[in-house]
Amino acid sequence: IGHPEIFPLVFTTKTQEIFNCRVDEDVTEENCFKIIKKDDIIQDLKMRAAISDFHPVKRVILEYPGEELLVVFDANFQYGQNFYLVASEEAKENFLKPPDTAEEKEEKSEEEKERTLEVHAYKRSVHKPWVSLGSEKEVEEESVKGYVTKIKYMFSRARGKFGAPIRFTDRNASHVKDSYVECTSYQDKTFSIKLLERDVGVQMVPKVKEASTQTKWTYPKNAAMQYSPRQLSNEELEESLSSEKLKEFVTSVHLRMEIALQQNEIMNAFFDDWKALAENESSSGDKSDVYLQAYQSFTDPHYLKDRSISCVRWHPTIHGIIAESATQRYSDEERINPSDKLLLQDSVIIFWSFSDPTRPQLILECPHDIYCFQFSPSDPNIIAGGCFNGQLVLWDTSKNEERLQNAKSITVGVKKSVVNMDSASVVNPSENNDTSEPSYMEDDENDTEPPLVRYCACSSIECSHKTVITDIHWLPDHFEVNRTGITFENRAEICVQLVTCSPDCLILFWDIRVTKIPGKPLFEKAKEKKIFDMPPGVPDTFKHLALSWKPLLKINLRKSDTRMEYSPIKICLLEQHHHYKILDKAQSTNKQKALAKEKPYAKMSVPSKKPLKALESISNNFFVGTKDGEMIYSDWKIKIDSNSGKPPSHKYFIHDEAVNTVQISPFFKDIVLSVGGWNFAIWKEGVTDGPILESSCMTQRYTTGHWSLTRPGVFFIGRDDGNIDIWDLLKKTHEPSYFQHISESTITCISPWIASPKQQFLAVSDDSGVLHVLEICPILSQSSSNEQANVLDYFEREVKYLMNYEKYQEFQAKERTE
Amino acid sequence: AEVDETLKRIQAHKGVIATMIINAEGIPIRTTLDNSTTVQYAGLLCQLTTKARSTVRDIDPQNDLTFLRIRSKKHEVMVAPDKEYLLVVIQNPCE
Repeated sequence: IGHPEIFPLVFTTKTQEIFNCRVDEDVTEENCFKIIKKDDIIQDLKMRAAISDFHPVKRVILEYPGEELLVVFDANFQYGQNFYLVASEEAKENFLKPPDTAEEKEEKSEEEKERTLEVHAYKRSVHKPWVSLGSEKEVEEESVKGYVTKIKYMFSRARGKFGAPIRFTDRNASHVKDSYVECTSYQDKTFSIKLLERDVGVQMVPKVKEASTQTKWTYPKNAAMQYSPRQLSNEELEESLSSEKLKEFVTSVHLRMEIALQQNEIMNAFFDDWKALAENESSSGDKSDVYLQAYQSFTDPHYLKDRSISCVRWHPTIHGIIAESATQRYSDEERINPSDKLLLQDSVIIFWSFSDPTRPQLILECPHDIYCFQFSPSDPNIIAGGCFNGQLVLWDTSKNEERLQNAKSITVGVKKSVVNMDSASVVNPSENNDTSEPSYMEDDENDTEPPLVRYCACSSIECSHKTVITDIHWLPDHFEVNRTGITFENRAEICVQLVTCSPDCLILFWDIRVTKIPGKPLFEKAKEKKIFDMPPGVPDTFKHLALSWKPLLKINLRKSDTRMEYSPIKICLLEQHHHYKILDKAQSTNKQKALAKEKPYAKMSVPSKKPLKALESISNNFFVGTKDGEMIYSDWKIKIDSNSGKPPSHKYFIHDEAVNTVQISPFFKDIVLSVGGWNFAIWKEGVTDGPILESSCMTQRYTTGHWSLTRPGVFFIGRDDGNIDIWDLLKKTHEPSYFQHISESTITCISPWIASPKQQFLAVSDDSGVLHVLEICPILSQSSSNEQANVLDYFEREVKYLMNYEKYQEFQAKERTE
Repeated sequence: AEVDETLKRIQAHKGVIATMIINAEGIPIRTTLDNSTTVQYAGLLCQLTTKARSTVRDIDPQNDLTFLRIRSKKHEVMVAPDKEYLLVVIQNPCE
């Protein structure tokens, strides 16, 4: 149990009485040692044998060398029992001794406690007498004192022996014995022991090796290669052509080829009969199904009283906006003598919207009656109109563009303004953003009046036409014309030029950009230096043109035989816009925004120095319908002797009265429709013998005509009695296929418009100032798939027939002479 | 001369737009079209003919390509191949 000399014992009370070691009487915790004689123990063992407490250690006791045994009272049960026997003399001694040290330790700890107690209760430190703790001994030990009496030695030598020359000699130490002591080396046996076994620790470490390489960094580089196809030289070509092999080849192959060609000619193997069957049925509808349904009609009692509508145009981009120009309605006498009758009312162009049939959306103010006008195809806010006195007028409606676009919500705004009857300020509907200039509003107080837009520019009276401008067109945006009539590429990509014609025998080309006219006399320059301020509220897009707008090019149509000239009424250029049927709205608004930011027309100038690419492929030709009913085909290239005017290439007498419509077909670039008098005619460019189709004289005058925008063989003709004739060339060519009664007075203008792929409108204006908008039924608006091919076929047939007819005529003439 | 005559006859067929003779390497020898279009046709059709021929022969090695016709919306291209030359005719079959 740890200590081999210690034997724990249990002493019963009986044993304790016998040996006088009763707990708490003879033996206490402090005084825990009891010496017991060995003999006594042995006697006790004999007497009590097994029940004696010493029994377990009987052997130890008997072997114990000494006389007395130590028994210790173990109050803490340190060794497991309340007493223990110490079995050896040495241990006995140790046991008896340590209590001293224990006592000493106890004393010391008591003293320490006293001392600390003293420190805690702070008192002024009083000088205390030095208490020696035994450190003097240490000091004494460390101090150096002289122990030993010092021995003195004195050496002397005769004086004469000092300073004598010294002679050193060598002496070998090894010769003399004992002159040196050395420690020789010997082989120590301890180092020859072989190590047979050794404890070694091993650790596994992965081998790490750092290595680096440099790679070639390939970066993308553009490389281009130019190649051209291989071609045989001329000699090689000839050689191969004449080679035998080629001949054999051709003889063997041509039969196969001819069979294949003939197969194609005989029959179209891929023709889908099923599909073709369905289409044929749909195109031949009943007469009752074809109709022009009345959609809306617009009239305004204020502006259009006693007025006739001369021209109707749809707004190219905004849905449902249509503009019409109103002119004074003259009786026949007044027409003959256009005297200076006072115009009682302002001449206007009225904008209508589908959403509001009673109130015009916008009014454009004109200096005189406008007989015809056009929206600019590239910027629908620019409107050009031709006046009754020959002037050309421009408007810029960009400020009102938003209003027009929000036309549907204007009616709501009207209600708002009626409630707020503020007189001074202008109350605008919240949707209208750019009405910061109240000056152009005619009525400040009442917002129900449509805004009046004044014209931006008008041409100078001296240089314009002398009589009414009867036709005006914008030149397409892909070319432009310069002063000598040569067409150039138009870099600006917007329409900047106009062509007008009038019965004063002139066709004028105008440019809306700043023109530099060289060699102007001084006084004219001085006049122009006057800064012309536009009236407030009028956009200054065309400020540069104000009052001094001159035409770019003048063309005089002279009759070839006499000195007389033609008086053109309508003109149709054969080079048309590359226009799309339904303008992409997003595209157009972007273009407009780009234009609206600056004053493009003011900044653009006719490039005189910059070399523009001259376009050879643009056709300079045009068709003109004259007042006398002639159709003229000519081009505008000016010859060197330009003073004499230009004789036209071809002229035809077809109509009996003035031609009122000359229009190129939207499907075929060389088919032109002309309407005048009591008939109409269809022309093809290049066919110089005459029109390919000429209608017979009708009972009523034909006043206007227009091709259908979706069906190649259909066109609408308006009549004197308020009817519209619808001609379908694929059905009947001798009479109109359908007709419909629209109004009571003469139809003055027809204009179709595609609102959506399913909906087409036809705007018809008449002499009494009413504008009818009709919806075209699907049969008339949707074309079948091969209709264009069929119509083309028809035209070609007519052309051939015409040529044959001519030949036949010649033949007959020959026969007659013979 | 005979070659010319035959070619003229083929060209005179109804609806024929163009005729070309191309050699085995794809270089046009004789053509009625402009150079750039001819060269384009030659390159493309030569490859296509080779592909078609290899297709036919892969399926049946005893077989060989005699004629190739490509019908498109606008017209039909007919190719008559041979060992060294190609005769190409473009025809508009729609009536």
